[in-house]
Amino acid sequence: MAYSDKVLDHYENPRNVGSLDKNDPQVGTGMVGAPACGDVMKLMIKVNDAGVIEDAKFKTYGCGSAIASSSLVTEWLKGRTIEEAYAIKNSEIAEELALPPVKIHCSVLAEDAIKAAVADIKAKQAAKEAA
Amino acid sequence: MDRDPIYLDYSATTPVDPRVAAKMIPYLTEHYGNPASRSHPYGWTAEKAVEEARNEVAKLVNADPREIVWTSGATESNNLAIKGAANFYASTKGKHIITVATEHKAVIDPVRELERQGFSATFLEPEPDGLVSLEKFKAAIRPDTVLASVMLVNNEIGVIQDIESIGNICRENGVIFHVDAAQATGKVHIDLEKLPVDLMSFSAHKTYGPKGIGALYVRRKPRIRIEAQMHGGGHERGMRSGTLATHQIVGMGEAFRIAREEMDVENARIRTLRDRLLAGLQTIEETYVNGDLAHRIPHNLNISFNYVEGESLIMAIKGIAVSSGSACTSASLEPSYVLRALGRSDELAHSSIRFSIGRFTTEADVDYTIALLKEKISKLRELSPLWEMYQDGIDISKVQWAAH
Amino acid sequence: MTHVYFDHNATTVLDSQVMQAMLPFMAAQQGNATSRHAYGRTARDAIEQARAQIASAVGAHPSQVVLTSSGTEANNFAINGMTAKQPNTQIAISAIEHPCVMRPAEMLQSHGFKLAKVDVNAQCKLDFENLESVLRNPTSLVSVMLANNETGAIQEIAHVAELAKKNGAYTHTDAVQAFGKIPVNFADLNVNAMTISSHKIHGPLGAGALILDKRVDMTPFMLGGGQEKGLRSGTENVAAIVGFGIASELAVKNLTSHAQKTQQLRTQLEAGLHELGATIFAENTKRLPNTSFFGFNNVEGETLVMALDKKGFAVASGSACSSDSTEPSHVLLAMGIAPDLARGAIRVSLDANNTSEQVNQFLLVLKQVLNQLKQMVAMAA
Repeated sequence: MAYSDKVLDHYENPRNVGSLDKNDPQVGTGMVGAPACGDVMKLMIKVNDAGVIEDAKFKTYGCGSAIASSSLVTEWLKGRTIEEAYAIKNSEIAEELALPPVKIHCSVLAEDAIKAAVADIKAKQAAKEAA
Repeated sequence: MDRDPIYLDYSATTPVDPRVAAKMIPYLTEHYGNPASRSHPYGWTAEKAVEEARNEVAKLVNADPREIVWTSGATESNNLAIKGAANFYASTKGKHIITVATEHKAVIDPVRELERQGFSATFLEPEPDGLVSLEKFKAAIRPDTVLASVMLVNNEIGVIQDIESIGNICRENGVIFHVDAAQATGKVHIDLEKLPVDLMSFSAHKTYGPKGIGALYVRRKPRIRIEAQMHGGGHERGMRSGTLATHQIVGMGEAFRIAREEMDVENARIRTLRDRLLAGLQTIEETYVNGDLAHRIPHNLNISFNYVEGESLIMAIKGIAVSSGSACTSASLEPSYVLRALGRSDELAHSSIRFSIGRFTTEADVDYTIALLKEKISKLRELSPLWEMYQDGIDISKVQWAAH
Repeated sequence: MTHVYFDHNATTVLDSQVMQAMLPFMAAQQGNATSRHAYGRTARDAIEQARAQIASAVGAHPSQVVLTSSGTEANNFAINGMTAKQPNTQIAISAIEHPCVMRPAEMLQSHGFKLAKVDVNAQCKLDFENLESVLRNPTSLVSVMLANNETGAIQEIAHVAELAKKNGAYTHTDAVQAFGKIPVNFADLNVNAMTISSHKIHGPLGAGALILDKRVDMTPFMLGGGQEKGLRSGTENVAAIVGFGIASELAVKNLTSHAQKTQQLRTQLEAGLHELGATIFAENTKRLPNTSFFGFNNVEGETLVMALDKKGFAVASGSACSSDSTEPSHVLLAMGIAPDLARGAIRVSLDANNTSEQVNQFLLVLKQVLNQLKQMVAMAA
């Protein structure tokens, strides 16, 4: 399997590896995939009161493309609003990393991780408002 | 890349031994000629070389040279043995076939094809250690069982099946017994005078010979018949037509001669290296050896590294050439069907690496491999949410994962 | 005694350039082309390069090249694979096919297929009237060889394909002898499948190919690891495939000059043969430029071949595959040649490396041998 230089770069030097405090009300967590399918992505975003993503961290169990896809989105997320984040499409990720057709699902998973993290932070905000 | 990766994929293919190459090259140039051309010396020289090589192949497995049929490789041998024997004996014996779920695809797929043609088949699940239970094998035999096919050495996990006992059960029940020995030659002693085996497949390129050549052993006493699959000039006593490359046949003969003469010394050395590798890798937490360690060729070590994904692991260890699962299926993203048949979870199957050691592996290669694996596994686990969960004491098998 | 090799239709000498290209894949550390590590990728790249060379040499797309272990395998694959999913109707082949087309076609009769062998005329040309009448029956596959290995006769394959297509049948052609000796273009021939072989074009033994139209509903013949997109399983013979690739490229590059050279030599040979009273088979048909198949009345071909061999000339009494038997050639019998004359047939197949001097020597020796044999016959009488 020939990987693009961008995939190799993210794979060898992954950005923003790690975790944020999941109990922090400003932190949203998205965990998608399943070990049985060969990939699990955990994406955490810290969102300020203005709705802007201040920090993003990831951990990924998966192939090089999965690691690269999640590393890339952590870079993209910082500084965006959660609405902007929600609008990120897997095709943009796939295009940026020049993923081969058999690896498109990695970009889908990354998009799903963003949506799950955004949903989580929105749920936390809603719970706070309700309280 | 700074240097060539260290080759630890001898079960996928072996390099041609320089002695083998040296013996082959003259047959590419001076001694050209079609061995079936009986009418001139070009053909005669080729024929003599072919018969000498046949002798060498026969000697390694203690068979009669007349029992050796050349093929283009073990895939063809397996196809010929299975389709050839099943079709020949179907009308007298019946149309049921027994094989094992962990066989090579070159056995599984012809059996599946026969199923489509009206045969029925039992794919035995091996025990968790990869070995076939003799009781289960016996229980699978039916009055209409015509053929059983069990590999001697598994390509992925290197376990050695008890061919003698399985063969005896076949004999008692009048079942034709085929054994895929592609991974076994030069690694375990094979004595076909004693073993109750009717058909056995061999490959040259797994034993330091060239690619594109193999052989099928077809027992003469009691005589086993097969229906030819490749028809034409009637070469190989009608069992296999087609001009075969003299240089490749000569190469297989030389490779098998070297194997016969050197295997005992070589296997002892390889065992020492394998044990060193095993000891080194077992210092890494959460590793699992796949397949039985006692009934196993010394060349093979198949290990799963938990909480690390297989493909990213392969990428991380570019300094060594190994395979995750069988080479023949690594184009697909499916976890190894062999490891799944052993009952390994998908995660462990995904994170398995097959290290296969051979003639040119050194102690330094092994030490480098251990150090590399330690470093990279640790790096990938830093990245792995599953490792984090494991360390937090979460039982991953109990987690409800969203399907995707 | 140095031997003069006049049996190039049986097998050819490996070209030294071809061997140089193969050596790295025979000697050095090499991988299994299915492996994903660097060794595997090197092998894979070499195979794909060879596939492109082969495709380009026969006017095909690389994706149409299915690599096999030999021409025999490719022919068996074609006959079995192209009919497996067809209704059991009829297979039509010419009466002069190589055994590796003839035998698998005969075997299919046990699966319920009817086998029709289409006639050839006395000059080894396919009888199109006979073909048309055969094709009035529903037919699954028509297989006619492009050039015959014994006489060298070349058939109008595009026309065969046109008739077959009208009838809804697939067409296969065995182009093993034609490739490298005359231009061979898969697209122009209009067939669904075509067999070629490496060792007939100064490539190594151990590689062949079926050029295959992807629209054919093909059933694989060799099952297993799923190589060749599932159409031909088995670890690829990288060295032989690399050699086949280079040999294909060279065959096309040298085609015109080699054809001219061998044609000149054959003209010289056949002028001499006429003086010796030989009958040259298919002489008035468009033939491969290098092939001459001829016979003498009341002379046993096998005896002649042995006698010539003692004098240093390697020729064939028919196809190598059948030289075990003393049956007269099925090709000659199909042409209606009398069995006595057919039994005396010998084949000279030339190469551009042969010389005019060798041909002259051959004619001298042949004359001596014929005289000796005649004396022996006279003494016995």
